[in-house]
Amino acid sequence: MAIEIELPSVVLSKVAVSETHGEDSPYFAGWKAYDENPYDESSNPSGVIQMGLAENQVSFDMLEDYLGQHSEASIWGKGSPGFRENALFQDYHGLKSFRQAMAGFMEQIRGGRAKFDPDRLVLTAGATAANELLTFILANPGDALLVPTPYYPGFDRDLRWRTGAKIVPVHTESSNNFQVTTQALEDAYERAVAMNINVRGVLITNPSNPLGATIQRSVLEDILDFSTRKNIHLVSDEIYSGSTFYSSEFTSIAEILEARGYKDSERVHIVYSLSKDLGLPGFRVGTIYSYNDKVVTTARRMSSFTLISSQTQHLLASMLSDKKFTESYIKTNRERLRKRYEMIVQGLRNAGIECSKGNAGLFCWMNLSPLLETRTREGEVALWKSILHEVKLNISPGSSCHCSEPGWFRVCFANMSEETLEVALKRIHNFMEQRKTASV
Amino acid sequence: MVFKLNNHLLSRIASSNGHGEDSPYFEGWKAYDSNPHHPMENPNGIIQMGLAENQLSFDLIQDWLKNNPKASICTPEGVNEFREIAIFQDYHGLPEFRNAVAKFMAKVRGNKVTFDPDRVVMNGGATGAHETIAFCLADPGEAFLVPTPYYPGFDRDLRWRTGVKLIPVDSESSNNFKVTREALENAYEMAKLDNIKVKGLLITNPSNPLGTMLDRETLRSIVRFINEKNIHLVCDEIYAATVFSQPEFISIAEIVQEDIECNLNLVHIVYSLSKDMGFPGLRVGIIYSYNDAVVSCARKMSSFGLVSSQTQYMIASMLSDDEFVGKFIRESKTRLAARHRVFTDGLAQASIKCLETSNAGLFLWMDLSGLLKEKTSEAEMALWRVIIHEVKLNVSPGCSFHCTEPGWFRVCFANMDDQTMEVALSRIRTFVNKDVDTKKPKRTLRWQGSLKLSSPRIYDDFINSPHSPLPQSPLVLARN
Repeated sequence: MAIEIELPSVVLSKVAVSETHGEDSPYFAGWKAYDENPYDESSNPSGVIQMGLAENQVSFDMLEDYLGQHSEASIWGKGSPGFRENALFQDYHGLKSFRQAMAGFMEQIRGGRAKFDPDRLVLTAGATAANELLTFILANPGDALLVPTPYYPGFDRDLRWRTGAKIVPVHTESSNNFQVTTQALEDAYERAVAMNINVRGVLITNPSNPLGATIQRSVLEDILDFSTRKNIHLVSDEIYSGSTFYSSEFTSIAEILEARGYKDSERVHIVYSLSKDLGLPGFRVGTIYSYNDKVVTTARRMSSFTLISSQTQHLLASMLSDKKFTESYIKTNRERLRKRYEMIVQGLRNAGIECSKGNAGLFCWMNLSPLLETRTREGEVALWKSILHEVKLNISPGSSCHCSEPGWFRVCFANMSEETLEVALKRIHNFMEQRKTASV
Repeated sequence: MVFKLNNHLLSRIASSNGHGEDSPYFEGWKAYDSNPHHPMENPNGIIQMGLAENQLSFDLIQDWLKNNPKASICTPEGVNEFREIAIFQDYHGLPEFRNAVAKFMAKVRGNKVTFDPDRVVMNGGATGAHETIAFCLADPGEAFLVPTPYYPGFDRDLRWRTGVKLIPVDSESSNNFKVTREALENAYEMAKLDNIKVKGLLITNPSNPLGTMLDRETLRSIVRFINEKNIHLVCDEIYAATVFSQPEFISIAEIVQEDIECNLNLVHIVYSLSKDMGFPGLRVGIIYSYNDAVVSCARKMSSFGLVSSQTQYMIASMLSDDEFVGKFIRESKTRLAARHRVFTDGLAQASIKCLETSNAGLFLWMDLSGLLKEKTSEAEMALWRVIIHEVKLNVSPGCSFHCTEPGWFRVCFANMDDQTMEVALSRIRTFVNKDVDTKKPKRTLRWQGSLKLSSPRIYDDFINSPHSPLPQSPLVLARN
């Protein structure tokens, strides 16, 4: 047997012992509470309802139907011809048929208003990997990316942990629906300069997580102009592009570039994934689309660390190249998400709670600031805890998204059945009623 | 659409050549890609012998898949699981996946050891696993010792984005490239003199490119060394199930179980299904660590390279089938052994020696030093170019593996069918014998019976393997 010796333990790397993995954020604390006491309609009706996980579960039936009718997608279920090639395929260019299908799918989502060249698509295991990989390419350790707040909590880990890069937040305000302004970008840039930090790029999420809203065309133009003026990169994470409730309301940065004749476009890179629009987070399908040849080449090489399973590439190549299916899926998925959104916003309104104006995504951005004991981060965290432990809803506090104003919460609505959503709304209603009577 | 390049806007990592693709290792692949051999369409093309793939046992996998449609979430039998699997992105991985992998790893080691599923961490192939382990164990500027010759990919995997250094531990053909205590000490001392902090030792066992295993004494000596220096030991056991003849494989897991003093917090295993099962496309990499903090950290980092849940599900199903796994491991070894024998015999006929002690891996470590004009790496590269462009075989030159003695080449034998193998062997015989012709009387070539495997092959209707129609031995060109 190996004898354990009392040696001073060998130090792990600084990256390993740091806390930049971000798991101590309340964003994840809520998930743990849910894991310990998960709601189930029949077996645990008083458990915690998970409203902190931005998953899209409203459209699985369409995917299942597709699979039921198309056995050729299942090369690994039948060991059909081509199986061997698929099992061996580890080329970091990715399956050509899959890249073509992805490019076509991205075009369909944008209503044909932008074109994507499959040879500029780099495949990664999820958008998590795509964002980290891009950061390795665009920034040196100690350099910064400007990121508008509120933003997806995962960025703290994805953009900073192993890369050593920094995030300098670009502040936004509820007074204009948390839109990004040129002034806010300039302020953030100046703050970085004052701290002697080299800014390498801006990273936007469009549609926004957690706001659940698309970025307006004029704002995108401003952001692109700002990036050009400062000669920095622009990364547009468009992971929710297919989850916009009305196709016409989403403008991709790709459209802006096309309108400008692709002038100065080599600073622009788009991140996409099938985790939200198709509801397939388990499959780890992410992509980087870059207008910069060197970035494409380098990203492709780096993708060796995070390739997509060839089995999965094959399945999705099959599914996504069926244009009739994808057209119908995109349309129906949008409608279902919109209905859910309307249901939750109305339900919250009935309970006396307002949300910011949203038109995309799997969540709404709820304003509970009137309920705060103190308009501080602590006040918000206290309120969040009581919602988690008394109302038994896991929602995400704005502070975990680095929102500059306390009292806002992200509430996910697409990862549960309608019945469960009704239960959640009822609980919120009761909670608000109790607070009203308590304060009388 | 053509876009202007703007190099100064990219990071140092992006602008460096840490990606390693300028190595001759990859140059050969490029040559192959531009002129690949095909028995029908391109019989004079380059045969790929630089890719360590295991293609000998796909028929067994295909049969299993046909008989187990539930393993796929796309078949009518399995589609009920689609939804749950498609959502599953927990970086702990599917419990059944971890259990199946732990069981498989134990079985491959003859069940002489057991593995705890809770210590199994997934990654994006062994490529991702190696990079992750480097991120966990070392800071930029710190180093790992690596015995030469070693897999060229390590230069990228362990160094590129991590900033970690690799320090070679030299070995010699005179003792079959064994890893000696002396060489380890030397390398460690050299690092100290250069003010480089050594954080660990990385060994590959069975070895790529040698195709040999580390014996018990060497492994114990290594364990003593790392404990004395208080540095980590990372064991890449990716070829564990390719040990096709005696002696049996000894895993580091076995050693640390024995009566030896070892701080388990220093020991970590990297594994993958890419070689043993022949599934490089599935990107199933594994880190198995005896150190809780490393398990925890690696697991968090695995977010950057999780295994597709669709793949986890299928692998869990396949590897929990005990009967199939047993049969597969046995049959795969038998086929590898046969292939190895045909190849070494074929090379011996051409008076080419390979490393004698090899009993594992998907390749041979071939000694062509006798054919070198002079014992330099330039001469090795010149010979290599002749082999690629004239003999039309992509073999990998020893210098790309950081071998200190020129003239050794790695040649892969498990990534082709029988006919292609025979074409390759005949090309080798031709070019060597043409050279021999200039000095000795002609020998009669004896033809070894071709090895027919039990399953149908794609090229079965291709009866006659052509000899390479070279008018003159390119070897003559290499020496003049």
